[in-house]
Amino acid sequence: MADTLYDKLWQDHLVSERDDGSALIYIDRHIIHEVTSPQAFEGLRMAGRKPWRISANIATPDHNVPTTERSAGVDAIVDPVSRLQVQTLDENCDEFGILEFKMNDQRQGIVHVISPEQGATLPGMTIVCGDSHTSTHGAFAALAQGIGTSEVEHVLATQCLIQRKMKNMLIRIDGELQIGVGAKDVVLAIIGKIGTAGGTGFAMEFAGSAIRGLSMEGRMTICNMAIEAGARTGLVAVDDTTIDYVKGRPFAPTGELWEQAEQNWRQLVTDEGAHFDEIVEIPAESIAPQVSWGVSPEMVLPIDAELPDPAMQTDPVVTEGYKRAMEYMDFKPGMKITDIKVDRVFIGSCTNSRIEDLRAAATLIKGKQVSNSVKQALVVPGSGLVKQQAEKEGLDQIFVDAGFEWRNPGCSMCLAMNADKLGDGEHSASTSNRNFEGRQGHGGRTHLVGPEMAAAAAIEGHFVDVRTWY
Amino acid sequence: MKKFIQLNGLVAPMDQSNVDTDQIIPKQFLKSIKRSGFGPNLFDAWRYLDEGEPGMDNSSRPLNPDFVLNKPEFKGVSIMLARQNFGCGSSREHAPWALEDFGFQALIAPSYADIFYNNCFKNGILPVILSEEIVDRLFQEQKASEGYSLDINLETQLVTTPSGEQFSFEVDDFRKHCLLNGLDDIGITLQDETVIHSYEQQRKKEKAWLFADLKA
Ligand code: SF4
Repeated sequence: MADTLYDKLWQDHLVSERDDGSALIYIDRHIIHEVTSPQAFEGLRMAGRKPWRISANIATPDHNVPTTERSAGVDAIVDPVSRLQVQTLDENCDEFGILEFKMNDQRQGIVHVISPEQGATLPGMTIVCGDSHTSTHGAFAALAQGIGTSEVEHVLATQCLIQRKMKNMLIRIDGELQIGVGAKDVVLAIIGKIGTAGGTGFAMEFAGSAIRGLSMEGRMTICNMAIEAGARTGLVAVDDTTIDYVKGRPFAPTGELWEQAEQNWRQLVTDEGAHFDEIVEIPAESIAPQVSWGVSPEMVLPIDAELPDPAMQTDPVVTEGYKRAMEYMDFKPGMKITDIKVDRVFIGSCTNSRIEDLRAAATLIKGKQVSNSVKQALVVPGSGLVKQQAEKEGLDQIFVDAGFEWRNPGCSMCLAMNADKLGDGEHSASTSNRNFEGRQGHGGRTHLVGPEMAAAAAIEGHFVDVRTWY
Repeated sequence: MKKFIQLNGLVAPMDQSNVDTDQIIPKQFLKSIKRSGFGPNLFDAWRYLDEGEPGMDNSSRPLNPDFVLNKPEFKGVSIMLARQNFGCGSSREHAPWALEDFGFQALIAPSYADIFYNNCFKNGILPVILSEEIVDRLFQEQKASEGYSLDINLETQLVTTPSGEQFSFEVDDFRKHCLLNGLDDIGITLQDETVIHSYEQQRKKEKAWLFADLKA
């Protein structure tokens, strides 16, 4: 029988099936951060349970950590509530012997950046984390999904998850992307087309020549935002790009084990003729650089568009939503996207903080200056190792010379749990993944874009079409 | 876990689609290492006129009089009527914790985001799914009559309106079983301990590279 990639991964991890249709799925890798794990460890302790398989876990603090000077380690966290949360993670990992990259470990960073970087994310794995953007790891043909804290506890205690099989959705992007259009634009265009609930209940596989042409970084950017399209899991099949990326990573297999693994991984593709419950196709050539204008990732438009008129929408619920969004963003219908001014720029987050993202942004702004009207432009590498690599290539100097701030790794202004925030009413050009109300700070107004678009907006003080910069 | 069998409760309308978990409980409250106490900060940015921070005395903060849950007629509410894709965004279980802590025991909407939906069941909250047309009608009925309440019965999988009209809803058998009996699913899974062990042993033999010792 012809199987989809998801079908294969599901089958391979099936521990048992119950009569009621639910199943026990084995979990190969569990990634842990400070925000969603303390209650799970506490629950484990209260029930007198122990983690099932210690070496399946890898942890790091990322959401709360300051991105400024922090050589003092945990003590560098000024907010006592944040500090306690990071300390709690340290204590839990120490108590159970779980591998943790602590705050000043060179390998610390955003969970979804460090695991692939270390080779702790491998093709064919099931990967979970108490974080919805775990879908990122699907770029490796791993069945990766975000879970809640009760499930974090469940996975710690049993190495399994109780689930039902999802449906299969295929998103095919064939053709060649325009110059100046990247992975972020592709995924924003997908969300713009199918909506934030379009993928609910589906495992979403991304395929087509444009996807094949992307680097692993680009594929991670796309799978990262599968959740923004409603899909708990995003997938890309294994090819040479996958194998080349994994090879030589610290926790990747070596020698004979590598040979065995590679042979196995090569089969992690959807079979010819496999059934998808839904197929969406978008020609790569049709995708322009994207900018979100509202308070949901589906409120997104090409750079050369104008803001919609809520009154012109056919669905009353959409009209209401657009009205609210316009009000929150302080916009009027018909305004040009290129007329949107930005107060702060954020290049970072698990969507776009990998070395390739930083290279793309740096190349574009080399020798230019951040506009006077921009209050702050931040570059926050996804991990200590990304930072190190960027510094080796001199990217930090390019950013600093242009007037950007070069920071330490963490989630930072993606959700503003640390000190990096938008002020009330401020607009950002942000390479993160969510433009929800107040996400980047109380009253803040987020515009989601790719790294090149964010960098260009920093230089011009408003959104511009980067295609004209090449 | 708390049981859910049947509920007759006051209904509050949350009349907008795509309500995300960042709204249900904003990130600054996620710094807590506890599982309780999130109720006062449910919908914090919509509910209060100032910017909320953990540790504030919420009872002295200025309330937004226009926000639905601040209206006196919704005191004691236990059912939320919502629109499509409720609970989208972050996986934070703090969202159902906050809803539960506030007093919500059931939700009714045409659809929910997957992770949020799942998280509700783990916390004794029943997220009922009804068609868009029915939900729309319930919104209208609610608007037309103050003190509007609904009866939700998990055993029979029925929602009953004040006029006696009934709507049936689907729910996964396993989740229903756990909710009806207030069962902890870790305990249930551990009944399969030997099955998990033998699966794991087999996997170790066939795919040894998955079992690298991360401590090494
Ligand atoms: S970078 Fe943002 S989206 Fe990613 S894990 Fe951190 S907070 Fe979540």
